[in-house]
Amino acid sequence: MKRRNFLKASGAASLTLGGFGIKTYAKSPLLQMLAGRAASNDKVFVLINLGGGNDGLNTLIPLDQYSNLSKARSNVLIPDTKVLSLSGKTGTGFHPSMTGLQGLYNDGLVNAVQAVGYPSPNFSHFRSTDIWMTGSDTNENWNTGWMGRYLDGEFPGFPTGYPSTAMPDPLAIQIGSVVSLAFMGPTTTMGMAITDPTSFYNLVDGKVDSAPNSKYGKELTYIRLIAQQTNEYSTVIKAAANNGANQSTKYATNNNLAQQLKIVAKLIKGGLKTPVYMVNLGGFDTHSAQVDAADTTKGAHATLLGQLSDAIAAFQDDLTLMGIQDRVAGMTFSEFGRRIQSNFSIGTDHGAAAPLFVFGTGVQSGIIGANPTIPGTTTVNDNVPMQYDFRQVYASVFKDWFGLADAEVKAAMGGKDFTILPIFKGSSSGLEDWADQMSRIYLEDAWPNPAQGDVNFRFYTDGGNAELVLFDALGNKIRTIASGKNPLGDHTVSTNVTGLKPGNYFYQLSQGNKKVTKVLVVK
Amino acid sequence: MDRREFISMKPTAAASPTGIKVANRRTSTGLAKYSGSWTQAEAKHLLSRTLFGFKTSELASFTSKGLDTAVADILNVSSTAPNPPLNNYSSADPNVPLGSTWVNANQDPTYNPQRRTSFKTWWTSLLIQQDATILEKMVLFLHNHFATQTETIDDPRMIYNHNAMLRANALGNFKSLVKLVTKDAGMLIYLNGALNTKAAPDENYARELQELFCVGKGPDSKYTEDDVKAAARVLTGWRVTRGANPVIVSFDSTKHDATDKVFSSFYSNATVTGETGSTAGDLELDDLLNMIFSVDEVAKFICRKLYRFFVYYEIDADTETNVIIPLANHFRTNNYDLKPVLEKLLLSEHFYDMANRGCYIKTPMDHVVGFARQTEMAFPDTSKGVMVQYDHWALWYYYSAIIGLDIGDPPNVAGWQAYYQEPQYYEMWINSDSLPKRNQFTDYLLFAGYSKSGYTTKASVLDMADRTSDPQTADTLVADSLALLLPMDASSSLKASVKSALLPGGIPDYNWKDAWNTYKSNPGNTTNTKNVENLLILMYKSIMNLSEYQLI
Repeated sequence: MKRRNFLKASGAASLTLGGFGIKTYAKSPLLQMLAGRAASNDKVFVLINLGGGNDGLNTLIPLDQYSNLSKARSNVLIPDTKVLSLSGKTGTGFHPSMTGLQGLYNDGLVNAVQAVGYPSPNFSHFRSTDIWMTGSDTNENWNTGWMGRYLDGEFPGFPTGYPSTAMPDPLAIQIGSVVSLAFMGPTTTMGMAITDPTSFYNLVDGKVDSAPNSKYGKELTYIRLIAQQTNEYSTVIKAAANNGANQSTKYATNNNLAQQLKIVAKLIKGGLKTPVYMVNLGGFDTHSAQVDAADTTKGAHATLLGQLSDAIAAFQDDLTLMGIQDRVAGMTFSEFGRRIQSNFSIGTDHGAAAPLFVFGTGVQSGIIGANPTIPGTTTVNDNVPMQYDFRQVYASVFKDWFGLADAEVKAAMGGKDFTILPIFKGSSSGLEDWADQMSRIYLEDAWPNPAQGDVNFRFYTDGGNAELVLFDALGNKIRTIASGKNPLGDHTVSTNVTGLKPGNYFYQLSQGNKKVTKVLVVK
Repeated sequence: MDRREFISMKPTAAASPTGIKVANRRTSTGLAKYSGSWTQAEAKHLLSRTLFGFKTSELASFTSKGLDTAVADILNVSSTAPNPPLNNYSSADPNVPLGSTWVNANQDPTYNPQRRTSFKTWWTSLLIQQDATILEKMVLFLHNHFATQTETIDDPRMIYNHNAMLRANALGNFKSLVKLVTKDAGMLIYLNGALNTKAAPDENYARELQELFCVGKGPDSKYTEDDVKAAARVLTGWRVTRGANPVIVSFDSTKHDATDKVFSSFYSNATVTGETGSTAGDLELDDLLNMIFSVDEVAKFICRKLYRFFVYYEIDADTETNVIIPLANHFRTNNYDLKPVLEKLLLSEHFYDMANRGCYIKTPMDHVVGFARQTEMAFPDTSKGVMVQYDHWALWYYYSAIIGLDIGDPPNVAGWQAYYQEPQYYEMWINSDSLPKRNQFTDYLLFAGYSKSGYTTKASVLDMADRTSDPQTADTLVADSLALLLPMDASSSLKASVKSALLPGGIPDYNWKDAWNTYKSNPGNTTNTKNVENLLILMYKSIMNLSEYQLI
């Protein structure tokens, strides 16, 4: 039983304990202990923030687009022979440095979601980060974070009354110098921000950071000592750190992300009931020198992806050796992807949608969505169009990982509804068979293409609600070409593109979670 | 010790509170005038210790003044009394209209509690709105020294008058002030002076006059129990007529012990000759104070208290010899005027010694009022009405109280323990309860702000950044912010850590520059402005949650 369900059931007389109706124990320490124990068996989700905007096209590489890709980004292109193959997937592979994640994928522990973004993308790091952290629309400014709202629903009133017997541990732990907006609740942050990595490691190791040997140093040392001794959670964190011995030998010492995840594994194993963690890997803002000119499989981005992949592999290995692999899942995310076309600095500029990875034994392995379609001729403005809204991923985490009811998912999502994606095993997405679903809709090439005046589209649906939408190269919706419930079978529609600026556009057919995207060139 | 020496000191190993090594904390500097360079660091040290936080403009202005002018200006306190506290509590008070002052009204048990809260809120507002002088710090010093509790005195008129007396004499003559305090209605009630009668002398005030107010309990303070009894007899006959309005303090010669009072050898076996008639109380009080102030220990005791209030709590043998004794001599030479003593101390090489910087744990009022002043928080103005104004100031009074300093109500007549309790002193402000609350306070006012009565007081991080020398440049913004908010120079790793709040994910600096300049050129772009604000909130939070932020 999930913690939440257990807690809700705890007042019910149907449960008995040693012959006494459990109601007898309502609010008793015993019940709280049981509730706490149930919580310790509950699910943990680890967010891996890839700061700067990860180049998705060089991460999850669309091999079936390779010819157009090589035209658009020849100076950063990964040789197709070096791309890591994925079991059961011919047209898609991983960056050569992602051997760790490749292994997990082939073991059935990774779900990749293609082209995740949001409508009308924003290309500012700050703005796009806020959108991802809060879960707002592109034109909304929200003050609460997506995880903050979830945690507020689970632990109402925080911080008043916390830590409590039932929840003695931090609601969310973030490693890094700055608390994430993702953890911001209605009045305060729900997350325990670790002020800086040094003091965090010292906290875990029970050490005090150095201070000068002076009056100033004496008082500073005193305050730091009190800060650490009396941080309301430091005792439980230290206890967890002492209890939870890492088992894996795969955490590289020079891999900062691996070191962060190592601590997360230790704390989970050590007994913290904290349901959410966030770790960070920065440096993805690869405007220049993304790859080594001499060998595009090397360079800054390769190093980062190698660290990411190795860190997740080590973490998963550790979780398995610890025997807690079924309690933990995680995902990567970045504020945006990068432009289809590379620049002359052997780098890529801010883009739109990009793939993300969800990992763990609880995920339904595979790739959701189609490879992005790369136009034959690109300009600097061309972007990967969104296939899935990042908030569908969030809603799926709430619904299928944390087990929230629909109304609770909606509340955590700020009152918005999002279709669940079949990311987790036993998903409630309503897609009994993803592959089967994928075969039920079809989108033909538009004609004429390149286009001017009237353009025709033909698509096939299985009779459900379908939508055909035209986007510009930046990901902005231009118009809905067709929408509504279509009878099973073929449909032909047309739209007039007169007046549209010449360039690449995308038309996308969606039915439920199934999406097909193609390129339309306007003359 | 100079800056170079200080910075090059090796870090000390981790240690328990009781086992902290103190090898390099000694200094032999004394009261010679400081002759080193006058930079922002020296100005910051002066302002940190004499104000409750300082504004960016004050730091800049005092940096440019130079030592002499800076100290002269800090000591140039206004002689005009502030506007008195107002009825912010009820329009039903039959004697005081809402928005009018209650200080001239008779006490009223129905409204006394509200007036006492009004008083504390008003006092706190004076701290928040202080000018760049030492006045408010000295008023708090004197309040801690001549500690009284509003809960005990109860009568709001006496409470206000007592405060006005301290305020008017904050840099005046200490000996004269002791006489005023002795005859102050509030003090006569608080320490039972008003009950002191020849038939059964009450020794309460007579004891504290010596033990807490004048002579202290240092090793050289050797007054005797008989001296307490003798002083109590000197002080018989003072009465407070609480029913009158204004309150009347009078001397009832029929209750006065008119016999001679003989004191111990500590006071050179002096005799206060017994007097009769209506002037007896004053005459004998003058004789008593002349006798007490003829003892060298008085000046030393007061100078030690000033030292602990403005410099550091630990007074080792070097400090006693090089600072306390000469400062006490200066105090006596100047007939117990406070201002020359403060001037001497604040001009001294000892005060600016690197060894004495950054080692002062903020009092609760330094913490909360300092936050308001350093963030230059906008409070409701008079147009919002007195209730709204007081509602917002009250949070500051209240928060200081819950983290250990309830202004107007120290724990007892000895004042707050942090000023006298060995061996911890200031460290007593910081404990498992207060430290998280200190962080909660700053977080709260950065993130959500305090909303009450239709107004929100919230730190404007946008304005804070705008006051730095070059807000578009992340490195400068970080350096200026750290210089404003932390006592000592920040390390490069600390700067990098704080900077990462502005530039998450290691993105290049121009991202901040673009965002900031977009905000400046188009503040109405709410999305960008919100972005910039969020980044700054996280940056300031990351600074204010540092242990270093608790020090001045």
